[in-house]
Order: sequence, then structure tokens, then C-alpha cells
Amino acid sequence: MAGATTMVGSKEAASARPRHVTETAPFRWIWITLALLFVGLILILPLLTVIIEGLKKGLEVYFAAITEPDAVSALKLTLIVAVIAVPLNTLFGVAAAWAITKFQFRGKNVMLTLIDLPFAVSPVISGLVFVLIFGTRGWFGPLLEEYHLQVVYALPGIILATTFVTFPFVARELIPLMQAQGPQEEEAAASLGAKGWQIFWHITLPNIKWGLLYGVILCNARAIGEFGAVSVVSGHIRGETNTLPLHIEILYNEYQFSAAFAVASLLVLLALITLIAKSAVEKRQQRLAASQKSIN
Amino acid sequence: MKKKSLVLVWLLLLTMVFAACGTKTAGEPKTEEKKDTASTTTKTEEAKTPSKDPVELLNVSYDPTRELYAAYNKLFSDYWQQKTGQTVTIKQSHGGSGKQSLSVVNGLKADVVTLALGYDIDAIQQAGLINEGWQKKFEDNSAPYTSTIVFLVRKGNPKGIHDWSDLVKEGIQVITPNPKTSGGARWNYLAAWGYALQQNGNDENKAKEFVSKLFKNVPVLDSGARGSTTTFVERGIGDVLLAWENEALLSVKELGKDKFEIVYPSLSILAEPPVAVVDKVVDAHGTREVSEAYLKYLYTPEAQDLVAKNFYRPILKGVADKYKAQFPELKLLSIDKDFGGWGTAQTKHFADGGTFDQIYSAGK
Repeated sequence: MAGATTMVGSKEAASARPRHVTETAPFRWIWITLALLFVGLILILPLLTVIIEGLKKGLEVYFAAITEPDAVSALKLTLIVAVIAVPLNTLFGVAAAWAITKFQFRGKNVMLTLIDLPFAVSPVISGLVFVLIFGTRGWFGPLLEEYHLQVVYALPGIILATTFVTFPFVARELIPLMQAQGPQEEEAAASLGAKGWQIFWHITLPNIKWGLLYGVILCNARAIGEFGAVSVVSGHIRGETNTLPLHIEILYNEYQFSAAFAVASLLVLLALITLIAKSAVEKRQQRLAASQKSIN
Repeated sequence: MKKKSLVLVWLLLLTMVFAACGTKTAGEPKTEEKKDTASTTTKTEEAKTPSKDPVELLNVSYDPTRELYAAYNKLFSDYWQQKTGQTVTIKQSHGGSGKQSLSVVNGLKADVVTLALGYDIDAIQQAGLINEGWQKKFEDNSAPYTSTIVFLVRKGNPKGIHDWSDLVKEGIQVITPNPKTSGGARWNYLAAWGYALQQNGNDENKAKEFVSKLFKNVPVLDSGARGSTTTFVERGIGDVLLAWENEALLSVKELGKDKFEIVYPSLSILAEPPVAVVDKVVDAHGTREVSEAYLKYLYTPEAQDLVAKNFYRPILKGVADKYKAQFPELKLLSIDKDFGGWGTAQTKHFADGGTFDQIYSAGK
């Protein structure tokens, strides 16, 4: 199953290949078993463990754990953070990719490098940066204090840290795509008299929409699961600033193993939904590509 | 067209969330305003039933007090409800004591702090958030319960660990948290130091050598006491865990007498985890009265009983007598008498360039 979905892209090509240039059957089978074994061991087994451990003490404990007020508030917080961080990064990602691939400007390379910064920096540092900026003793601390605004150890800090960490996903997904497409179609539209927004809505966006969606999904997955950066700025107030990953750690440290795994399975569920969305997007993309090919 | 509307919906959602977020961040003063107008409109009603608005406290505590305060918060809010008719909700935050102290200094709005040692509260006082003389505000140096440092070993004590001197032997793996971030770890460190001083006629160099050897036997330094306990108990790393007595007793209770046992060394240290009201925060929140009552109530027999049930040594004589069997008598060092107080101990051992830095960087 898992092997099939990852190979979707090359399936057509593989089956179309003449017999004599492809590998021998035993060779193929060895590789396929190896890959499946690896997937089972590294991915499926831990996933099953989460669900089995969560259900170990029965359904009652399981549902008690996921309906407990602290767990519900952690889930809510996680979703709120994702709902804000992901669109923000989508807007930014599209803007950055557009600017970088369609225009020439000074500092383009610097910008390209900077976009990758959150990937290069440890998430703990990403969190700490915001404490140093917005903490009481930080740069803006006294000012915020004066207006009774709370950034770190509250929702805005958690959103900022998550946004920072998930910042590159959309842009990174779009830049190679837009680079490959080149500016010709937009130029053609412009020469026919289309205005900026018109070009964007009718040419650029349709061209990048699947790549964009894919970036958004990756961004979302990370936003939901982020631990390190959020841990630093959260303040760990139960029922208030604990996201799902932090809540799981707390439960685990309190010897409530079943509850910890039950809540973890909730996170797994969110991840699965994201992944299903992703593969649906991929399928649709392929169908589209195929239909375009047949038109040509 | 469809795409356009999709993006529009998106933007709308974004602005909505931002608006919601905005009101939330400015929450405290704003909700108070709302409450004010509400209370003026319903004044006649309020005159009949003298109930106050519900209040929320944040207790920033150290790592192993999770179970204690979960139970105590219930006890206190019932008491407060009966006494004043006001509903009080207490939120908890737990972590390594030093880390928690730093968070409060950096802006975590704690109404009360209940930390592992006096120095961590001194640090908050130095930042100007707590008034001077906090340690005199409540009885017994503002420490409503005490504890000590013991060894937790695997069942049957397979490595034969009985005292501090056994910890520096070759091939023994010792688990302790990081003294830089954890309060319990600092008590561990000082107890070991005190033991070495006593064995070597107060020779500081020998003591340094002893703890240096001890820390060479430490494979992982977690940031808080609970992290270390999980490392030892769950991940099965190490031969002996230097732990709070309460943490050791809890592990044995939670995970079975058949897996672990507690070893009391010949000498340990009297750990006094103190409590304090964060003056600047309670004055801003208007929660001084309830915060002070919250800490004061810790000294009552009911609360002390809960303290003992959660394996902390009660300070109240009557309750301490009742739980005598649970807490063996031990020779204990005192931070004030033997180490000149936390100020001195902190600078000498745990500040940048202190003995811990010296032995740990030399050891690695």
C-alpha cells in the first residue's frame, strides 16, 4: 500500500518499459520487500504502538483522556495556532516565491538564504529569540508591559514561534516550481494587455495551485506538531498555553502513560487527515497532468 | 471566480482570528472593564447575594510538585469558596526550578511561585517583582514543607549502593538533573559536597575532586527532576537516581515496590522549598488577598496532611508525628548553617565559573 502510493509517479513509466530493460523479477521483489519491511518497522510499528498503548487501559480511559478539559484546550490551542500561522506563511510564501522567480533585484540571493534560516536554526533557539525580544527584560519588554500586553508565555508568542518555524515550507515548495515554469506565460498575458491582478488570478495561481496546496499541507503538519520552539515560549500553563505536543509530554511525565498515548493518537489522527489530504491532492494533480497530456 | 472567493474567505477568516487574538491579548484589562460595567448594572442583584467575581491564579512551581498542587488546589478552592463565596481557579505551570524562575523574570505572570529553593525566588526579587523580605512573610522561612535527597536504586540494589562514597566508584551510572536548571539537582550537589567535606576534614579540594568524580559517572543531565526520574525509571538508564525523597517515594508507589527501592545515605541535606507571592503581579491583577490566603492555607492541618500524603515532610508538628513511619530520621546538613545560605552557595557553586562549571567542563 505504502509502497504503491510513493511509487505512483513512476508507475506508468515502469509498466510501459519494455521487458528487456527492466530488472529481473527476484531483484525487484527483494527491493520491494526491503522497502516494505523498512516502512513497517520505522513507520507502521510506532504508529500502531501509539494506538495500542492508548487503548491499553480500555476505551473509557481513552475517551476520558481526550475529553479532559486540559486536553481539549490543548487541542483548541493547537488548531488556533495552525489556523493563524499557516495562512500567514502561505501569503508570505506566495509573495516571496513570486518576487524571487519573476523579478531581478538586489539581495535576491540573501533573501533565498534567509528563507531557509528557520530550517537551519534549532527550534529551541527560534523560541528563545522571541523571549529575548518580547520578554519583560527583552527589547520590547518594557513597552509591552506598559500596555499590559503579553506576547511570550501567551498565545501571540506561541503563534510567532510556530510561524517562524514553519516559515520556509510554502516558499520552498513554490520557488523551484515557479522557476521551472518561467515568466513566459505571464509575459504573454501582459503583452495581451492583462493587468497585474488579472495575471495573478488567471495565470500564476492556476499554474502553482497544486504545489501551493502541497506546501500548505506540509506547513500545517509541522505547525501542529512543533514542540521545541513552542516549549520555550509557552510557559507551560495547563489548560492555557499547552499545545498538544506539550500536553503529551506532561501526561507522560506524570506517569499517565495511557492518557499520554491517547492524546498522542489524537495528534496522529490530525497528521493522518493531513496526509490523506496530501495524497488526494497528489492524485488530482496526476489526473490533471494525464488529461493535459491526452489533450496535447 | 471560485478561486477568488476562496481567497476572500480565507482573508476574512484570518482577520477574524486576528481580531479574536487581539482581544485575547489585551484580555486582562478589557475583561475587567467589562466586569465593571456588568457589576454596576447588576448592583442591586449583587447586594442580595454577596458573591464576588471568579478569580484565576497562576502558580509557577518546580517539577515534582505536580501531584501535590493538583490535590491542594482542589482543597484550597473549596475552602475559599466556602469562606468567601468566590470561585477561584488555580492554573499550574511546572518545570525545572531555575528555568521556571527565569520564565517569571522574563514575563510569565505568576501570582505565586512555589519553587525548589530560596535562591530561585531571590532571583525574582532581584528582578524587582517580589518585595524584599519575602522569606519572612510566612512561617518557617516561607517553607511549608521540607524534603531531603535520597537514592533510588533498582530492586535488590544489584550494585550495592549504600552511601555517597559508592557513587564515585567506577562503573556506577548516576542520574541527576542539571544543577544549572534544576533545584533538586542543586540540593543533590550540595549534599554530595557536604558529605565529601565531612569525610575529608573540610578539605575543599578533596570535595571538588569527589563531586568531579561523581559527575563523571553521570551519563545524562536532564533539565528538571521529573525528567531525570523518567530517564531512570522509564528509560531504564543508570544504576542510581539522586532524587527528592518525595519523588523517590512517588516512583515506588506509582511503579511498584517490586522494581525499585530507596536507599537513605548516612548524611543528606534539609531541603526547604519555599513559597512567595509575586508582589508586582498580584498588585496588577488585584489578587493579593487570595494569593496570600492560598499560601497561608498550606500551613493548616488539612493541607499539611495532603503534603504528607504526597510524600513531602510536613512542617506542622502534629502532622509530622502522624506520618513518622514514612520519613526516617536522617542526619541532615542545613543550607544556612553549613553553606552560609543560598546567596553564598549559589555564587560559589552554580554561578558562571563556579565549582560546578569547573568540575563539569574539566570532566568532559
